[in-house]
Amino acid sequence: MIVKRANLTLWERLFLPTLLGGLQVTGKHFIRTVFGGKAVTMQYPEQKWVVPEGYRGAPYLVRDQAGDTKCVSCQLCEFVCPPKAIKIIPPGDSSLKADRANAEKTPKEFEINMLRCIFCGFCQEVCPEEAIFLQRDYSLTGETRDEMIYNKEKLLALGGTHAGVQKWKQKLEEAKGQETFPVKD
Amino acid sequence: MEAIKQFFSGLSWEQEFVIFTTLKVCIVLFGAVLPIVAYAVLVERKVSAWIQDRVGPNRATPFFVKYLPVVGPILVRLGIFHPLADGLKSFLKEDFTPAHVRKVYFWIAPAIAVVPAMLALAVIPFGSKLGDQKMVIADLNVGILFTFGIISLGVYGLVLAGYASNSKFSFLGGIRSSAQMISYEIAMGMSVIPIFMLVGDLNLSKVIAYQADGAWLVFKQPIAFVIFLVAAFAETNRLPFDLPEAETELVGGYHTEYSSMKFALFFIGEYTAMIAASAMMVVLFFGGWTLPFAGLNESATTFAMGLAHIGIFVSKMLFLMVVFIWVRWMLPRFRYDQLMDLGWRRFVPLALVNIVLTAVVLWALHPK
Repeated sequence: MIVKRANLTLWERLFLPTLLGGLQVTGKHFIRTVFGGKAVTMQYPEQKWVVPEGYRGAPYLVRDQAGDTKCVSCQLCEFVCPPKAIKIIPPGDSSLKADRANAEKTPKEFEINMLRCIFCGFCQEVCPEEAIFLQRDYSLTGETRDEMIYNKEKLLALGGTHAGVQKWKQKLEEAKGQETFPVKD
Repeated sequence: MEAIKQFFSGLSWEQEFVIFTTLKVCIVLFGAVLPIVAYAVLVERKVSAWIQDRVGPNRATPFFVKYLPVVGPILVRLGIFHPLADGLKSFLKEDFTPAHVRKVYFWIAPAIAVVPAMLALAVIPFGSKLGDQKMVIADLNVGILFTFGIISLGVYGLVLAGYASNSKFSFLGGIRSSAQMISYEIAMGMSVIPIFMLVGDLNLSKVIAYQADGAWLVFKQPIAFVIFLVAAFAETNRLPFDLPEAETELVGGYHTEYSSMKFALFFIGEYTAMIAASAMMVVLFFGGWTLPFAGLNESATTFAMGLAHIGIFVSKMLFLMVVFIWVRWMLPRFRYDQLMDLGWRRFVPLALVNIVLTAVVLWALHPK
């Protein structure tokens, strides 16, 4: 479609309306910023964005409400991780016991290389134990590459407690409920 | 004190002239122009930030700020220390000379960009009198001709930089700057002719004296003022006519290949040219160091009055510089052909008409 442009009038060709318009717009913004304190920018290191719910930040390991490590070292996240950022060392022959009575294993070491991580969220999606979650941290910094490889201890400390359903506790209670078979009166 | 007086009374006229001129040059250059340049950059950054809903530079915190209880944080918020950091940074950065440049021209181009802008300041009367000294570095009889002759040299810095850099962006910047120069220099020169027809003298001090007796020339010659203002924007490569630089199109234009203090020299040159243009406008159109009340129209008799005159001049000049800065963040860049069109087909004829009109009016008022 060809739009025919109307010729400018003499008044418009004098540039005066655009000058006045520009003065008005810039003046308005100037006054609003200086006297109204309405700057749209944020003073970053001091003030930080609160990212919205569901933001895919750094993946951390979580504990359940009882304070036990949820991860059972199944290594599904390690397998699914596209950039191979996760490395899990399973307990193997070592006598390392899981925190929870009803879990067979717990990882001996769990490392996420935050330099490789692409924050895709596959690990969170694939985890059968709801043990790893992408959380709200978006500004990860370190002075060396080694510093950016987060180990199990650090991931658990940063991850905190997950307030979701405790899968195995629920199973246990279900099983207990079956001991007393409900009989119809 | 007596010894100093005796020393000066014992000097011949030439010796006294040399001493005082050197003093004036040093004070004007290092005491006024360079600090104003540094802080004009800060004002530029702050005003642009405020117009764009930002905060602007507010980080530089030298060690002594913590000893200033209330004022310190306010100064930091206003970014008062940023120019110091900028200056230091310019000196400490690597001065990189690309392998493909024409070395000699590459080295002298920044100097040529700065020197004419500073020289143009020499003829500007920035005050009436301080003691027995006239507050103008060189009170030339051909003041305005000198200014136009010198200011036009400034463009060689840019053209040379564009040629010497041997890169397409710089080259385009240089070409644009020369084309822009020839389009506006003529209109600018012709716009001031009516002023000197009214005043009857080319000496800038006489122009001020003329305005002190009557109205400021901006009221008598508004068309000349508008042409001069627009041409000054084009001369100093400021938006809306910053085609030689044109960051969005030409990376950095003529100074793309420059770094460190050489780049800073172009910056100083640009802002000094801004100062010179503002000062020129104050002298030609806004009555220089005079104010039409409180007896400030007469040449100073006391020391305080002399200082007051300098203060008046500087405040008028700073006001015009803020206008320069404000306009930069207000108007978009002109297209190349629009700029040439405006120069040749609008302003040159308009300036000619203005000259004829002034001549007719003068002839009608004073028929001899």
